[in-house]
Amino acid sequence: MLLPITALKRCCVFWGLAWLGMLVFAAPLHAQQRLIALDKLQSGLAFTGPEILDLQADDFANPALPAMDKGAKLWKQVAGKSDKSCQSCHGETSASMKGVATRYPAIDKASGQLFNLEDRIRQCRQKNQKASEWPLESDELLAMTLFVTSASNGMPIKASVEGKAQSHFEAGQKIFMTRQGQMNLACTQCHDQRYGIKLFTDKLSQGQPNAYPAYRIEWQRLASLERRLRFCYTGVKAEVPAWGHKDMRDISLYLMWRAQGLSIEVPSVRK
Amino acid sequence: MLPSLSRRDYLIRFLQTTVGAWGVGVGLTNAQDMSVLGRVQDLSDARLRNFEEMVAPYVVRQTMKHEGVTLSLPMLADNGHLVPLSLKVDSPMTEASHVTHIYLISQRNPVPLMAMFVLGPWNGRAELSMRVRLSGTQMVVALARLSDGTFRYETQEVVVTEAACIDNG
Amino acid sequence: MTTARLQVPNRIIEGDVFKLRLLVQHPMDSGFLRDLEGVLVKRNVIRHLQCILHDKEVFRVEPTTGTSANPLFEFYLRATHSGELYFRWVDDKGYIGELRHNLVVEPANQSQAPKS
Repeated sequence: MLLPITALKRCCVFWGLAWLGMLVFAAPLHAQQRLIALDKLQSGLAFTGPEILDLQADDFANPALPAMDKGAKLWKQVAGKSDKSCQSCHGETSASMKGVATRYPAIDKASGQLFNLEDRIRQCRQKNQKASEWPLESDELLAMTLFVTSASNGMPIKASVEGKAQSHFEAGQKIFMTRQGQMNLACTQCHDQRYGIKLFTDKLSQGQPNAYPAYRIEWQRLASLERRLRFCYTGVKAEVPAWGHKDMRDISLYLMWRAQGLSIEVPSVRK
Repeated sequence: MLPSLSRRDYLIRFLQTTVGAWGVGVGLTNAQDMSVLGRVQDLSDARLRNFEEMVAPYVVRQTMKHEGVTLSLPMLADNGHLVPLSLKVDSPMTEASHVTHIYLISQRNPVPLMAMFVLGPWNGRAELSMRVRLSGTQMVVALARLSDGTFRYETQEVVVTEAACIDNG
Repeated sequence: MTTARLQVPNRIIEGDVFKLRLLVQHPMDSGFLRDLEGVLVKRNVIRHLQCILHDKEVFRVEPTTGTSANPLFEFYLRATHSGELYFRWVDDKGYIGELRHNLVVEPANQSQAPKS
């Protein structure tokens, strides 16, 4: 004989199941779950106007090119107590730096921290060349980062999110999905769900990292991905993290995972 | 640098320049601005300049015709910090008849003159391109001075959504 | 101090009117904007830029704050004979930028009419 299930028990069972269901669906996205499918990835160029496309395509007058020239010069310049240039150890970028930009940010074996390409270049300069520090977003660092990134031009992005990088990837993913700032917006709301739609006169892009460092017309100079991400925080009226913040690197890693397969595209021009 | 003028016209221009200089609003720290024509407009009078005001510093009683100049800017500028501009003046560019100066004038920028070019018959063509800054939607005037002392001009309205001169992080 | 790049056609024949493109790396600071620390950046623009060929000024531009950063100038010259193209510019800080280019002009072929 079945015991009668009281209304209370029924309620408990119902809400217990509902709670379990919420847990399942509210769980963080599995690493394999992509909100933009790999074959739907698009560079920022797909969302810009004709002037920017012309500027970027101009292989003489692209405003990022003087910085490329500078990067090429710095590569050969002897620096610091080591009396070595980058070239002394690394030879030509076309060989030694090929593919490097496709896999950064990456874990630095010595410190266990997540390094973006700028961090790696700065460290190499200080530790190996024993030269003066290049501050973040300085002309020299930007030029060098651009020059090193250009060795990976046209190559597909493939950053690792395994091992020590996994926690950084998950942290970055969480930030991307979380509402922030006075405008209470999450990156995903515009860049996953509404790309292609116009915000005033601009088309929202997918927010891809493949074209950085980019010459941003708004700032009239080359800019790093970190600077661009900090400006995203300004855009949603959130408190902007300090330069060098872990969050920026975590987000960069998540963006690179999200952009897997998209080609590196520098020197680029963006609004 | 300045085209040759009659003494009277030069005096008029000199007065316009010095009186205009007293109206400087925004801080340009350089006392000896090599281009006296690069002075800042008095911003307390916050209205768009009209065409006459824009060309007054350069055209003093000479003939000015709305012909012979092709001016090309995008109708909608992505960003006011970098707006490509091209222009062409119909001129044989011979010793007898050529363009001597080209002035690019803004209606709304803090500094009205965006650039001045000096040309001569050695250029072969009065055609040039550059990139200007536009602080908001406005009219741009391209004014060319010919070797006979007369002027030609063209204007174009440009819609600028992200203005230059304003900080955006 | 500043780098600059020049583009001229590969082949220039006497009598040609050819296009030059000059891109100068210069911030053209207008004096109206602030840097990353929020400090107002003083005005520093190129005051004048000239092109000298055969000891004569053949092009001059006097930009102001209304000229974009990293300015590009495109203009034309009539080719007469080979010589050194010498670009020189001075900015508000008094820095002098220079670029030299050996301009090679081939003599006109009898059977080839000069382009214009």
